[in-house]
Amino acid sequence: MKEAMISERLTFHHGVHPEEFKDLTAHLPVERMPFVDEYVVPLSQHAGAPSVPLVRAGQRVQRGEMIARAAAFVSVAQHAPATGTVSAIELAEHPNGLLMDAIRIKADPFSSQTMNGRKGLRWQDMDFKTFIESVQAAGLVGLGGAGFPAHVKFSIPEGKTCRYLIANGCECEPFLTADHRIMVEHASELVQGLTILRHFVPAEKVFIGIENNKLDAMEVLGREIRRQNEDFEVVPLKVKYPQGAEKMLIKAVLKREVPTGKLPIDVETLVSNVGTLVALAQYFTASIPLIERVVTVTGTAIRRPANLIIPVGTPVKHVIEWCGGVTNEAVRILLGGPMMGMAQKSLDVPITKGISGVLVLTHNEVRDLTTYKCIRCGRCVEVCPMYLNPSLMGLMARKGMYDEMEQLHVLDCFECASCSFVCPSGIPLVQSFRVAKSMIRERKART
Amino acid sequence: MFQVVFALIPVICAAFYFFGVSAILLCVTASVSCMAAEWLFSTGPERHRSLKDGSALITGLLLALSLPPGFPVWMTCLGGFAAIAIGKFIWGGLGQNIFNPALVGRAFLQAAFPTAITTWTRPGGGLLDARGTNLALPFFQGETLDAVTSATPLARMKFQHEPTALIDLMVGNTGGSLGETCGIIILLAGVYLAVRKIFNWHIPVSILATVVALSSTFYWVDPLRYPSPLHMVFSGGLLLGAVFMATDPVTSPFTIQGCWMFGAGIGVLVVLIRIFGGLPEGVMYAILLMNAATPLINRVTRYRVYGTR
Repeated sequence: MKEAMISERLTFHHGVHPEEFKDLTAHLPVERMPFVDEYVVPLSQHAGAPSVPLVRAGQRVQRGEMIARAAAFVSVAQHAPATGTVSAIELAEHPNGLLMDAIRIKADPFSSQTMNGRKGLRWQDMDFKTFIESVQAAGLVGLGGAGFPAHVKFSIPEGKTCRYLIANGCECEPFLTADHRIMVEHASELVQGLTILRHFVPAEKVFIGIENNKLDAMEVLGREIRRQNEDFEVVPLKVKYPQGAEKMLIKAVLKREVPTGKLPIDVETLVSNVGTLVALAQYFTASIPLIERVVTVTGTAIRRPANLIIPVGTPVKHVIEWCGGVTNEAVRILLGGPMMGMAQKSLDVPITKGISGVLVLTHNEVRDLTTYKCIRCGRCVEVCPMYLNPSLMGLMARKGMYDEMEQLHVLDCFECASCSFVCPSGIPLVQSFRVAKSMIRERKART
Repeated sequence: MFQVVFALIPVICAAFYFFGVSAILLCVTASVSCMAAEWLFSTGPERHRSLKDGSALITGLLLALSLPPGFPVWMTCLGGFAAIAIGKFIWGGLGQNIFNPALVGRAFLQAAFPTAITTWTRPGGGLLDARGTNLALPFFQGETLDAVTSATPLARMKFQHEPTALIDLMVGNTGGSLGETCGIIILLAGVYLAVRKIFNWHIPVSILATVVALSSTFYWVDPLRYPSPLHMVFSGGLLLGAVFMATDPVTSPFTIQGCWMFGAGIGVLVVLIRIFGGLPEGVMYAILLMNAATPLINRVTRYRVYGTR
């Protein structure tokens, strides 16, 4: 085990090697995006019940003020990203393509947008229950993309123990460099975040998993860990997609597999994205709730690629405008990474808590939509990190054979899109699995 | 899939060099008849893009390259049609067939015209002369002059125990099917396809390794009776089959482990048929038999899903 930790070849099996494109932004320090005049804060930016608004149209709100509370345990609070006036609570376009309830805020053009008089919380004397409630009140969700409420993850169920804590700094999606910059520029807060979390979740061992293409981040973090006298271990991992997926990371670092249908805690492990940990530290040391996040604005068709701190709720059109607009070759805008990101039809959608990138792509990176028949070449079978058979499931999906797909463990698919990426026939495999999964879940919910 | 067509071009050129215009004649006939059948049997919206994927073209070229140079054009035409109809469309079209269509076409011809398909002309002769019975009228076998026919190296080995010089086998200066004689060019084409990651290199490697291992054993037991491993590899259709036919993605297994098993099975069958069977050559039947075993191999070599026991 010890020797394996030192080796730089730690990884999982299968997976793909897409071109990285990280050079566009990897060297650019994070800059703060100026405030704009309107914000759209969706009530559902997380997995679970949508938050319940605490404000009315016309009401003034302060930056950082709670404007919606958690509706249930699996739900979080929302906060005002800027000082201004609530203009409406209505349906608005959401990055997931649906219309969802959101609080519209008209920013006060004369406000300095500073947050005065905020002190940290005394977390050292806090009990576990208060900790969980504070994390929920901070509106904290996993910033890696899935948007799972952080406090739910941190609440270890009765009878389970957490022996390993892993900070996820893989950032295996091409193009994205937000986590990379966070690790380089907020190393001290990241280590602090891990210290706070370990205070409440007493893990024996703490790891920070980083792909081998971020040597500067490993160095800075190594120094910071020594400076803060911690025993965390920086684990270099092979550059491979989807190394940053929770299950793949656990496999690479601990050589353990999360049983099907179970959670990482079932193998005594807790994984958290580095951005989430920094946000945790910022809340407990300076009382700043999750009102902004680091986003990589990049792609081959954006004029000025950048790593930006963007208030949650900023419409994408303003972000693109701030980055110099798009070039004539732009054909597609994605929120998230190129592998798992969501293509957008409107630029009015806001940046939400789970969005780590705004990608503007040209024709060269966007796949031709022509599909051919499956020739059963098995490339998808050889790349699926979950060892599923996408080829067979793809054929079944076309016939609506969802029960058979469930037997082939389609519910274990976490939609990394490696299969669609390698398919020589251009078959939208992962899209059909997404449909199949929701159909199976719906059918189960009904019975 | 057009990369495979590009890789076949040098093989066709070699066939042209050794067998003259006959090579072009058969390649064109088989491709056209395969593509015509593909177009005819596709229905609805499939039809206008049925030829775009290039699979029918590959089937046609491979069928032609596996035929004797003097094979009548009209039979070739029939073979191409059968390859697509019986080899592919009755199973449901591209991706659904169990057997390699080109080999189904060839098996059909072997059953229908056993004499014509085992009459081999010698390499050499004018580039523009049609060989053997190429131009026989439909429904006629045509007549072949004995002077221009020759036994294949495998037949000579089997029935007269007379090995052919290795250099002739490698360069292709022997009797045999159009595309199978020049081993070196086929190997180079295979290397190209492997480097460009167009095909699964595990299959040819495992076939050739098995053949070499097994035939070495026989050769070691009795070098006079059995051919040497290199003779085994470079004679007959083994290289053409291993590089271009066994690697057909549709009819080969999904997983790498499955591909090793598939290749090993073909290798064993080829050696057994060649040495103990009634026919001098067994690549076609070896591949077809293992095609039939592919679903079974897929079942046996299923991966254990992450997080399951």
